[in-house]
Formats: sequence, structure tokens, C-alpha cells
Amino acid sequence: MSPTVTTSSEVNGNVSAATARAAAKAAATAESTGPQMITMAKALNTAMADAMHADSSVLVFGEDVGMLGGVFRITDGLTKTFGESRCFDTPLAESGIVGMAVGMAMNGMRPVIEMQFDAFAYPAFEQIVSHVAKMHNRTKGAVKLPIVIRVPYAGGIGGVEHHCDSSESYYAHTAGLKVFTPATVADGYRMLREAIDSDDPVMLMEPKKLYWSKDLVDLEGLRAEHAANAERGTSSEGRAAVARPGTDATLIAYGPSVPTALAAAAAAAEEGRSLEVIDIRSIVPFDDETVCASVRKTGRAVVIAEAHGFASVSSEIVARVQERCFHYLAAPIRRVTGFDVPYPAPKLEHYYLPGVDRILDAVDDLQWED
Amino acid sequence: MTISADHTALGQDAPEQPAENRVTEGAAAEAVRKFGITVEDYMLPARHQIQMVDQDGTLNPHTEQGAQPGHEYALPGDAELLAAYEQLVVGRRVNDQNSALVRQGRMAVYPSSHGQEACQVAAALSLADGDWIFPTYRDSVAVMARGVDPVQTMTLFRGDWHSGYDPTKHKVGIQCTPLTTQLLHAVGVAHAAKLRGEDTVVLAMCGDGATSEGDFHEALNFAAVFHLPVVFFVQNNQYAISVPLAHQSVAPSLAHKAVGYGMAGERVDGNDVVALLAVLGRAVKLAREGSGPLLVEAHTYRMQAHTNADDATRYRQDSEVAQWVARDPLKRMQTYLTDRGLLDDDGAARIAEKAEQVATQLREGLGEDVPVDPQDLFRYVFSTPTPQLKEQSALLADELARDAGAGASSDTEAAK
Repeated sequence: MSPTVTTSSEVNGNVSAATARAAAKAAATAESTGPQMITMAKALNTAMADAMHADSSVLVFGEDVGMLGGVFRITDGLTKTFGESRCFDTPLAESGIVGMAVGMAMNGMRPVIEMQFDAFAYPAFEQIVSHVAKMHNRTKGAVKLPIVIRVPYAGGIGGVEHHCDSSESYYAHTAGLKVFTPATVADGYRMLREAIDSDDPVMLMEPKKLYWSKDLVDLEGLRAEHAANAERGTSSEGRAAVARPGTDATLIAYGPSVPTALAAAAAAAEEGRSLEVIDIRSIVPFDDETVCASVRKTGRAVVIAEAHGFASVSSEIVARVQERCFHYLAAPIRRVTGFDVPYPAPKLEHYYLPGVDRILDAVDDLQWED
Repeated sequence: MTISADHTALGQDAPEQPAENRVTEGAAAEAVRKFGITVEDYMLPARHQIQMVDQDGTLNPHTEQGAQPGHEYALPGDAELLAAYEQLVVGRRVNDQNSALVRQGRMAVYPSSHGQEACQVAAALSLADGDWIFPTYRDSVAVMARGVDPVQTMTLFRGDWHSGYDPTKHKVGIQCTPLTTQLLHAVGVAHAAKLRGEDTVVLAMCGDGATSEGDFHEALNFAAVFHLPVVFFVQNNQYAISVPLAHQSVAPSLAHKAVGYGMAGERVDGNDVVALLAVLGRAVKLAREGSGPLLVEAHTYRMQAHTNADDATRYRQDSEVAQWVARDPLKRMQTYLTDRGLLDDDGAARIAEKAEQVATQLREGLGEDVPVDPQDLFRYVFSTPTPQLKEQSALLADELARDAGAGASSDTEAAK
């Protein structure tokens, strides 16, 4: 796969800058030709590196993101490649991180900041809600805040308390924030690039249990797609995806729940039931069109989310679909969500998390008998 | 702050420190090496607040002006003092005019800085053109003194939008209501400027009550750790709405808090614009020269209630207010400048005329019934409205069109 690259500098023992660059380019090309098995962590890491190469105003900072490369290694190597002025550790204070990002964005930078864990982001809540989300509005568009706040979120990793919260509803409820959540490796790259490109602040909710999920991904292809989108002024932002086509009912999921929904659909297929799986991708803006097209086609829907169901993104989705698809529905929309309890301790989390069986039970309840 | 370009090294007189107490890195260590002063001398405020002109308008003897080693301040020049006095008079007129406009119902609310004008003016005048300032809701006079149009400044309080000026154009942050959150924005602006190699200084304002907030701590610490050119300026006006300073902090002074962050602190008479210009001027100069952040605490007094909705008689005595009336920043400056022969009746009349022009501008601008566009609700949430906002915008447009239609038909009915 990776041919040996011999350069004239190696032959001559005389390294010129031009030949070194050529060698680096050749090596990079050799390394990344065609699809490779990579993790979502690698996709996110590559997205940041590519954005930092493309634009010197893109800065990465947060807790442990420098030499360590982040507790999940998502920023691995960025300090080494771009130096400490482009990727650096801050004092351990989340409000400080977000507040400083606001000022940097006001002064020409595009900060990409990491909140180490979902529940560790709460000290920054005031900065996010009162400034990040509102600055554009308060100044009648004079000040844009192109900030990406990366939040490793949700559970399923056996984490102790305060490490597994599904906090997306807090942000989705706040006017002025875009909220994206990738469920696939390719979307990890795509969404982070689009988030960095966005002139509006983006909460990038990264399902931490999917960081080490792998997929065959063509990074060069994703780069080309990003470049083509930039040229055309288009993007995948705000669009849901049909993760698995089906005809009998629609499973609507996002982030960490998408693989669970896909597993449920595979199990249902063995029982002769064809389930379509919609990956929401972007909670804000929300793609009513794709979601409703699917539900109108199947006439049945189950919404799946790890977060507590009460007053949540899942309840919003049910409300929206019901308002728009009422006359197409053969049964009330069901939800399979986390219970309305604080996120449980590791030995109890499997009772809490939406699983395949609970999803299939909900599907069974969709009034199939005529 | 105890280090300046003008500081004379103490040389042999500098007390030798025990090895374990020596600071080997950072701004303090640099000061110790450069000026032969102790770390404590560098970071601790002077023993008394810096005052140059006393409440009767008399210039203090040089030894009392702030002449402690490391705390020496030069008297600002005459032109600077006259410019400051003009802004003081304008600021006072602005405060009183705005309070009157609230009473007349032309503004929703106005947190007056009556009594704090010296702090407002000195903060604005100590900065260079390319510098930034981050004000609070009580700092409208400082915002105007930085060149923002008075009527645009008052938009927040007039109630037709949250802010009336472009912060990036004026390098004036949006007037901030959530306490001390803006200090971190100041840190970010300074950090971005530093990364680009610009010599921008950022002055970040807050009050005494605000020093209890977590973001005060985070901002000072971030600025110190990243060695950023930020001057934190605390106007200690003694009250956070009704709660006196003693309930916020038992630190020797708010300026002493600087030590905990490894930065220099200083306290100054907040009703003495001469001392304020000297102290803030040097803080800005030091920050620009690379000292890292500094903390300046000004002792002043909120002469009026928190806002028109507040009743200050419930929590403070008239006798206390009377003491501060005697320390008024305008009166002492007028006396000082008159005694120095820098201000005569003609000069005073010219300045009064200027203040009256601004008051007229405010009366006219805020008396205008500015039409609001309901579609503005949706225009500035995102750079491009989401499909959901487009739907809601259409809903409101339809509602308004039907209302207009109903209005027109009822007019027709009435005409029949």
C-alpha cells in the first residue's frame, strides 16, 4: 500500500526544502490513497488538522488538548504539527475556555474548543447561552462568533458519574446555537469541517462511545467533497440521512443511538419487517423534510435517544412529526429513550440505555393488526 | 503595580530574599531582576490608595501622590487634564439627562454612573485608538467617551434592540449585563491580538460585587497564565445593588486579589481623575510593553440608586451619601484647574455648551419613536435563517398582514 519514496535528497544526502516538501506530499498521497479503515477519532483529528492547514485563524484549545492530545486523543499531534500558539492547553476552567473563545472570535479567530466531558461543560453554560448563542443577535449581525464547541457526550462506555450525560437538549433549546452530532466515521470528518466553516457557533456533540468505531473511509474523497462544496457554496449541514432504507416503519435516531437503531433494523429484517433508519445528523437546523418524507412513506415511527425523554430532543421530534404527518400515521409515534433518572452507575447503565430489544418492543406496539 | 519604565532600581537597598521564596519565572521575576524590588513590592498595591488631587481640589505634596518605591506616578499633562475635565462635565450631563429621560418614560431603565464619572472618563482616555474596552451596563459614559454615538449607546436602554453600536468598529464590547462574563471576552481579544503580534491593550471593566463571580477569577487567571495585555479595572462603588462590599469580600482590598494571580495590583482614588489617568495610563503602558495583565481598583461611590427601579434609602444612610458628595470628582477638578489658571469662565462656558449639545442629542434621539421591524426577530439569529425560522417568520408576517387587513376593513366600516 505504501511504496517507498526515494528522493534525490536521500540519494545526495542533501535535504533541500523543496525536495523535503515533495517527499512529504508524496508520502501523504501514498498514505491516503483510497479508502482505509479509520476510527471516528481519526476522522475528527484529520478534520481539525485539515482546517488548521487551510486557515491560520483556526485555533484549538481546551484541557489536556496539547501535548497529551486530549483525554480521547482527538487533538493528537496538533500541537506538534502546528505549534503551541495554534493548539494549546488552558487553565482548567470551562467558562474561561468558552469566554476566551468569544473574545478570540470577536477578534478574527475561529476557535475550536474542547469540553473534556459533557457534564464538565456546565460551568460554561452561562457563556454559551448568554454570549455564544446571542452575540450575533444582540449586535444585529455585526459580530459573528465562528466557534466550534466540541462536546464528547452520552454514555455506553462504563463511565463514572458526570462522564456520560446526554446534554444535547440544553443546547438545542437555546436559540442561536447549531447542534450537530455525527454517527458515522465519515460524518465525523464532514461535520467538523462544516462546523469550523460555519460563521455561526456550533455545538459538536461527539458520541464518545463511537470514537473508536471504525469504517472504511476515503479521506481524500472527503477532502475533495469538502472542497467541491466550498466552491459551490453547498454543504451537508442541516440534512438528515437515510442510514438504512425500509418500508414498514421509521426509526429516527441520532448520534450514539444510530448504530443501535441499525442493529434493531437488522434484527427486524430477520423477522420479515423492513425498518427505515433516519440519522438526524443535525439537531439544529432540523431536517423536517427528510424525516417527514420517511414517516409519510412508512406510516409508523419510533424515536430513539439516549437522553431522558422528558422535555427533550426526542419529544421535539415526536411533536414535529405528529404536526406534519398526522394523517399518514397508522399508530401513535413511540419513543425509546433514557429513563428520567440521573445517568446511572456503570453496572446499571445497560438498564437505562435504549437497546435493540426495547426498540423492537416499541416497533411491535405500532398497531400492526388491521 | 510597582514596575515602570521610569522606575529607579533600588540596587543595594533591595532586601535579599530567602532562596525558597524566590520566584524564578514570569512577570514578577522579571520585575525583581530588572528593578531590584521584591516580588511583594511588584504585586502588592501601595499602602494607601493613590491620590493626587484631594477632595478640596488641592494637589497633594509629591510624597503623598504615590511615591512609594515602585508606585511612583507622574502628574498627567495639562492638555490631558483639560480634555478629561471636559469629558467629566459631559459625562455628568449625560447621566443626569438619561435619568430624566427614564422619569419621562422615554427609556426603560438607566443605571447611572453619577459620581463615578472620573473612572468612566479615565478608562476611556487611557487607551490608544487600536485598543479595546469591555464595559458593563453602568459604563455608558465610558462607551461614549470612546467615541460611540450617544444615541446608539443608549439603544440598549431605549428598548428597541439589545445594542445599538458595532463593537468591532469601535473596539468597544457590547455593554455587558451578566457580571464579569465580559472580562473573559477581553482576555480573548487580547489573546488573539497577541498571537497576531499586535500591540493592542484591552481594558476590562467590572464592579466590586462582580469580583465575587467565578468568571472574575477565571479571567484574571487566564490573562496571567497567557501573559496578556489586559488591564482589569474594578470600580468599587461600595454597593452591589443593596449589598455592601463587606458582604462580598474580606480581602485587604480588591487590588490585593492580584497577588493570587501573580499580577500587579494598585488602588486609586476613584473620584480623582488626575490619579486615575496616572495609574491607568501607566497600567496601559506597562501592559503594552509586555508586563502581562494588571488589576486596578478605584474607590468611588454610586451616588444614586442602582437604577430607577431601586430605592437606595432602604439600605444606606444619608450621612454616608453626604460624605461622598464632598468628594465629588467634578468639583475638585474644577477647583484644581481653576486654581492652576487652566480653566476660566470662558473655558467653563464652552465645556458646559458642549455638554448641553450632547444632552440635546440624547433628548432628540431618544424622544424619536423609532419604528421596529418585527422581522428583525428572525434576521439575526443565524447568518442564514434555518427552515424553522423561515416558517416562523412567515407565520408572523401572515399574522401581521391579517391584522393590517382587519384594521383596514374596520377603518372602512367606520368610514361608512
